[in-house]
Amino acid sequence: MKFVAVTSCPTGIAHTYMAAEGLEQAAKAAGHEIEVETQGAAGLTPLSADTIAAADAVIFAADVEVRDAGRFAGKPLVRAGVKKAISDGPGLIAQAVAAAGEARVNPEAFAASGAAAPAGRSGGGLASKVDSSAPVGTRIRQWLMTGVSYMIPFVAAGGIMIALGFMVAQLAGGKNGAIVVTKTFALTGPPNPNPTHLVNIMTDFNPTDGMHWAALLFLVGAAAFGFLVPILSGFIAFAIADRPGLAPGIVGGAIAATMGAGFLGGIATGFIGGFAALWISRWNVPKGVRGVMPVVVIPLLSTIITGAALVLILGRPLKAMSDGLTSWLGGLTGSNLIILGVILGLMMGFDLGGPVNKVAYTFATTGLVAAGTSTNAPALKIMAAVMAAGMVPPLGMALATTLRPKLFSEAERENGQAAWLLGASFITEGAIPFAAADPWRVIVSSMSGGAVAGGLVMAFGNTLRAPHGGLWVVPLIGSPLLYVLAIAVGTVVTTAVVVALKSAGPGPVRTELDAEVDAEVVAV
Amino acid sequence: MSLITEKLVVLNLDSPDRHVATRVLAEALASEGRVTDLDGFLADVRKREEQMPTGLPGGIGIPHARSAHVTEPSLVFGRSTTGIDWGAEDGPATLIFLIAAPQGGGDDHLKILASLARRLMRTEFRDSLMNAPDAAAVVDVVNREVVNQ
Repeated sequence: MKFVAVTSCPTGIAHTYMAAEGLEQAAKAAGHEIEVETQGAAGLTPLSADTIAAADAVIFAADVEVRDAGRFAGKPLVRAGVKKAISDGPGLIAQAVAAAGEARVNPEAFAASGAAAPAGRSGGGLASKVDSSAPVGTRIRQWLMTGVSYMIPFVAAGGIMIALGFMVAQLAGGKNGAIVVTKTFALTGPPNPNPTHLVNIMTDFNPTDGMHWAALLFLVGAAAFGFLVPILSGFIAFAIADRPGLAPGIVGGAIAATMGAGFLGGIATGFIGGFAALWISRWNVPKGVRGVMPVVVIPLLSTIITGAALVLILGRPLKAMSDGLTSWLGGLTGSNLIILGVILGLMMGFDLGGPVNKVAYTFATTGLVAAGTSTNAPALKIMAAVMAAGMVPPLGMALATTLRPKLFSEAERENGQAAWLLGASFITEGAIPFAAADPWRVIVSSMSGGAVAGGLVMAFGNTLRAPHGGLWVVPLIGSPLLYVLAIAVGTVVTTAVVVALKSAGPGPVRTELDAEVDAEVVAV
Repeated sequence: MSLITEKLVVLNLDSPDRHVATRVLAEALASEGRVTDLDGFLADVRKREEQMPTGLPGGIGIPHARSAHVTEPSLVFGRSTTGIDWGAEDGPATLIFLIAAPQGGGDDHLKILASLARRLMRTEFRDSLMNAPDAAAVVDVVNREVVNQ
C-alpha cells in the first residue's frame, strides 16, 4: 500500500524527524511505500497533491496542529502523537493498513464514522463538516451547511436584538416607536443630511430615554446582520479550501453585501473564493516562494479574483436586473392589486433580503413616501402586502421545524426557534440559514407562502404606513385581524410546501455524519 | 564549525537526576562558548522537558531546545552506565543527546540536526555510540553518520 504521513512536534528539531524515520523504517519493513512530510524547523517540503491522492491512508504523528490538514480530507486517517511513531512505527503502519482496508470494504461506514471529516478540525481549530469522499451533491450541501452553521449565531443575535429594539421602541415610543427607531438614530454623528432628526447614540446616549435603549438594540442588531453574508460566504470558502478560503470568502461576502447581492451573492462568493484559494494553494511553486504562499500569495490572489469576479462580472447584470424589475413593477401600478400582491410576495420570498427582495421592498417604501397622509392609497396596501410576505418565510420555517423536526438539522431546529420572533418582527433574513442550506426547496416554499400572503393582504384591503416592524406596528395596520390571518395562511402554505419537498427529495435525509457534526457545532 | 567535538562528549554521566545530568552536559556547551547564558538555556530545555519528558524507548534521552542563548547548532553526547530516568516507559536512559539549536538558524544547520534525529532511530548508530571506546570515537561516528553523510 501507499501511505503519506505528517510528523510534527513542539520544538521541531528532534521528534519530528525521529518519528518520520520510525514510520519510514516500519513501512519499508512491512513492504509498503510511505512519504513523510516533516513539519519541523528545518524547512518544509510539502507532499504533492498527486502523492496525497494516491495514498491509501494518512498518518498524523503530531503533538501540535498539522498544517494544512485540509489537504488530506476524505482519506482514512490514523492519528497519534510523535512518540507513538518513534516507539511503535510498525503499530501505526498496521493501523493505517487497517484503516485503508476498512474504507475500501465499506466506504459508507467509513464516511459515517467521521474518519474522513477531521480535515479542518484538528487541534481544536475551526470545524468544517466536509467529507470529500461523498458525492458532489452531498459535498455541496456540506459546504453550504458549514457556512450556515457559522452564520446562525449572527442571525440569532442580530435578529433578536432588532426584534427587541422594536419591542422596546413600541413600549417607549408608542405606536410610531418602531418607525422612529429605524430612522432617527445612528452610531455615527453629524454631518448627515438631516441633522435635526438624527441622534448619535454613541455621543448622546440618554439612559433614561427608552427610545435610546431601543435604538441601541436596533443598531447593534443591525451591525450583527451586516455579517450574515460575509460569514456565510467566508465559511463556505473555508469548508472548500480550509483556512486559505477565509479571506477571499469573507471579503467577497462583504462586497456582495455592500452590492446588495444578498445571500445568493454570498453563496456565489463563497464558492468562487473557496475554489480560487484551493486552486492557488495547489500550485507547484519554487521553494523560495513556498513560505509566503499561505500568508501572502494565496490570500492576495484569491481575494483579488473573488472581488473582481463579483464587481466586474456580477455588478452590471445585478444593477440591470434591479432597474428592470423596478420599472416593471412601476408599470404594474394601477393594474389588478391582487396580482401585484402575489408578484411582490414572490419577490419577497425569492432571495430573502437579496436584490429581488430589495426591489420589492424599495418599491413599497418609495410608494409610502409618495402616499403622504392619504389613508387608503394603494401604496399603503402594497406596503402591507410586502411586509406580510416578508414575515412569512421565517415563520414558515419556524413552524416546519416545530412540526417536523426530523427534516432539519439540530442547528436549523435551534434557528427555527429564533425564527418565530424574527418572522413576527418582519426580519425576513431569519429564513436565510434554511435557504442557504437547501436553497431551492426553501426558496420555492417561501415564495409560495409569500405569494399567498401578499395576494390575501390585497384581497383583504389591509393598509400599512410603517416601512418596518412586523407585529410591533399592528396599531398602524388597517384591519389587523385579517392581516394576521393572511400571514397565518401564508405561513401554513410555506410550511406545507417545505415539508412536502423535504420529505420527497433525497437531499434532506440525514446521515450519521450530520448528527455528529451538529453535535460539534453546538459544542463550538 | 562542527556539530560535536571531543569536549562535547561526557562518557561517565552518572547523575541520578535528568535535570542535573542535563546541566552537566550544558556546562560543556557553555565552556565552549556555544551557549551564552547557561541558566537561560537550561530554562529553555526544561520548558520542553516539562511538556513531556524526552526519554524514548531503547534507553535514550534527547533533551533539546531552540534557544536564543545558543550560538551554533550543537550536540552534546552523554553516556551513563547506571542509567538515568528520562521518563521513558521501558526504563532509564543510557544514551543522552543534548541538542541545542539557535533560535534563528539557517535551514542547513537545522537540517544537520534533523538528520541527527533520524540517525537516532537506527540501531547501528546507537550501538556504535554505545560501544565507542573514547570521545574521539564518538565524534568520528557522529561526523561520519550525520555531518558528512
